[in-house]
Amino acid sequence: MKRFPAVSTLIVIVAALYFLVPLYATFDFSLRMERGVLSFAAYRDVFQSDTFIATLTFSAIASLVAIVLGALIIVPTAYWVRLKLPKVRPLVEFLTLLPLIIPPVVLVFGYMRIYGNDSFLPLTTTDPGTNVLLVIGYTILSLPYMFRAVDNGMAAIDIATLTEAAESLGASRMRTIRTVIFPNVRSAIMSGAFLTFSISLGEFVMASLLNRPAFGPYLVQMGQDYAYQPAALAIMAFGVTWASMALMQLFATRKPGQRLFPRIPSFTPRSVKP
Amino acid sequence: MSFLTLEKVSKSFGTNTVVKEFNLGVRKGEFVSFLGPSGCGKTTVLRMVAGFETPTAGAITIDGQDVTRLPANKRRIGMVFQAYALFPNMNVYDNVAFGLKISGMDKSAIDRRVKDMLDMIALGHLADRYPYQMSGGQQQRVALARALAPQPQVLLLDEPLSALDAKIRVSLREDIRNIQRELGITTVFVTHDQEEALSISDRVIVMNKGRADQIGTPAEIYNRPKTRFVAEFVGTLNMFEARVTDASTNRLSLAGRDIAVPSTNGAALTNGETITLALRPEALFMQEQQAGDIALEGRVQHFGFHGSIIRAKVAVNDQTICVDMFNQANFTMPNVGENIRLYFSPADALVLAA
Ligand SMILES: Nc1ncnc2c1ncn2[C@@H]1O[C@H](COP(=O)(O)OP(=O)(O)OP(=O)(O)O)[C@@H](O)[C@H]1O
Ligand SMILES: [Mg+2]
Repeated sequence: MKRFPAVSTLIVIVAALYFLVPLYATFDFSLRMERGVLSFAAYRDVFQSDTFIATLTFSAIASLVAIVLGALIIVPTAYWVRLKLPKVRPLVEFLTLLPLIIPPVVLVFGYMRIYGNDSFLPLTTTDPGTNVLLVIGYTILSLPYMFRAVDNGMAAIDIATLTEAAESLGASRMRTIRTVIFPNVRSAIMSGAFLTFSISLGEFVMASLLNRPAFGPYLVQMGQDYAYQPAALAIMAFGVTWASMALMQLFATRKPGQRLFPRIPSFTPRSVKP
Repeated sequence: MSFLTLEKVSKSFGTNTVVKEFNLGVRKGEFVSFLGPSGCGKTTVLRMVAGFETPTAGAITIDGQDVTRLPANKRRIGMVFQAYALFPNMNVYDNVAFGLKISGMDKSAIDRRVKDMLDMIALGHLADRYPYQMSGGQQQRVALARALAPQPQVLLLDEPLSALDAKIRVSLREDIRNIQRELGITTVFVTHDQEEALSISDRVIVMNKGRADQIGTPAEIYNRPKTRFVAEFVGTLNMFEARVTDASTNRLSLAGRDIAVPSTNGAALTNGETITLALRPEALFMQEQQAGDIALEGRVQHFGFHGSIIRAKVAVNDQTICVDMFNQANFTMPNVGENIRLYFSPADALVLAA
């Protein structure tokens, strides 16, 4: 006879309510923009706003560039550290964790001092220059997630032996990284990428201090000026975050040669080389 | 003229010298094995040939070219690892094609070569499979095809069969040997399994603490071990203490019996010295084989029936002796506890320098 786990069940219920009740309340509120009826008017309103589209696009692009940059920095670094310098791995791990310890405000003020008006590289004086700073800032924010994900991905394969196998077949280091290491940590990069994306998409501090037309500052502005639209935005942001998590899971558990979605059998091509 | 040579190759990790003045010449098309206990430096020597480690001293040449400082990806060496090391993101076809693509071969030539290699290992039907979809034995065959596809000058295998179960191990080692013969590729095979080394090699290099103790054909290694280490490591041995009674005629005294051994295996004897005389279990018989055989009195302790052979343990004096005999239907086995005589020919006795 299995004991009924009363206490654990209770904890789960309480936790779920703690999480779901505000969510439901926000959702319910977001539907009440029109008096007396439940409607998606607040959502329609948001989508019709040019600022919404513009800021969202801006932030999405900034996040994606940051992800690519982060992957290009982290993958070779993690690879090299694991292969040649295993002793400094704890140090590198600590360094990549710094963005979680040091507040973004500090980072941005540092940028403004170093790349300000009278610096050797006055990035903050032009829009493109400030965009570059924002992307670099997002890249730094992504380091903790990227490094951990990629490093774990590399722990799962025997990179030393795979590297030697590739080298004995004539591959250079760059080619080994590109054709053997990178593809094998792709799902790890993807999970780091989705985490980074969901964080930097709504990032406020850096974007606002650098005065960029990003999604985070827009969200805050909306929250100050309107009632129903912010609730709708919150629900949508929540949806995006969960979609990112779901995609991350999907990529992380995919095996090589497996399709993301099942194929329609009648359309099966002869060769299944990826 | 050797195709692959190692001249006084040494390797130290910090203060720990793990390979010491290692000399070896491998002829073109020859199959040699490194045999030795764990930690004796087999892998290290192999990795120096592959270019993954640089020797601390000495030189390695392949086909007359000094490759000692040549990076691994320039050496044209095929390598097979114990853990297969197939690229997990590529299917069988792409794994085998990897080295060919790097060499810049054109697509149709790659296709032909990959198909040939897959036919060679009889896995043509699995070209679309990924490594995780195959058994260990299949993966190792693919790894062999991948290593051989770019037509390397030398094939290196580091305990390629250790992770496989016994049956596959035997069949795959024969496959490896047949393919090696067919292609005529110079091969170095590392193993700590003596049966494996003896059964498939042209020559065996028995390694001990970073040195080559003996290099010879399997029969030489087994029948005429040069050092005590080789004798003890390869096969089972019964050891007896014997005293030299006349060094000039190789006369020894063993448990009161007078023996003249035809060869001292290179050891110089001095009168009165105590040496070790070793006998393989199959050199001992329960019937006299020919005149001049030496007889030992013993008492049967144990009989083990292994089908084609019978393995007996016999107490001689205060020592337990291991005896192997072929099973014969008309042979009546003595009972445990019974007193018997064991015969051996002095020609089979190995003199081991103490
Ligand atoms: N990179 C290294 N750094 C330090 N010591 C090493 C290194 N590689 C090998 N060694 C040492 O060198 C010695 C020989 O190792 P090697 O791997 O060549 O042995 P082996 O004969 O292949 O043994 P096994 O049968 O266990 O594979 C061992 O004592 C090992 O600890
Ligand atoms: Mg080894």
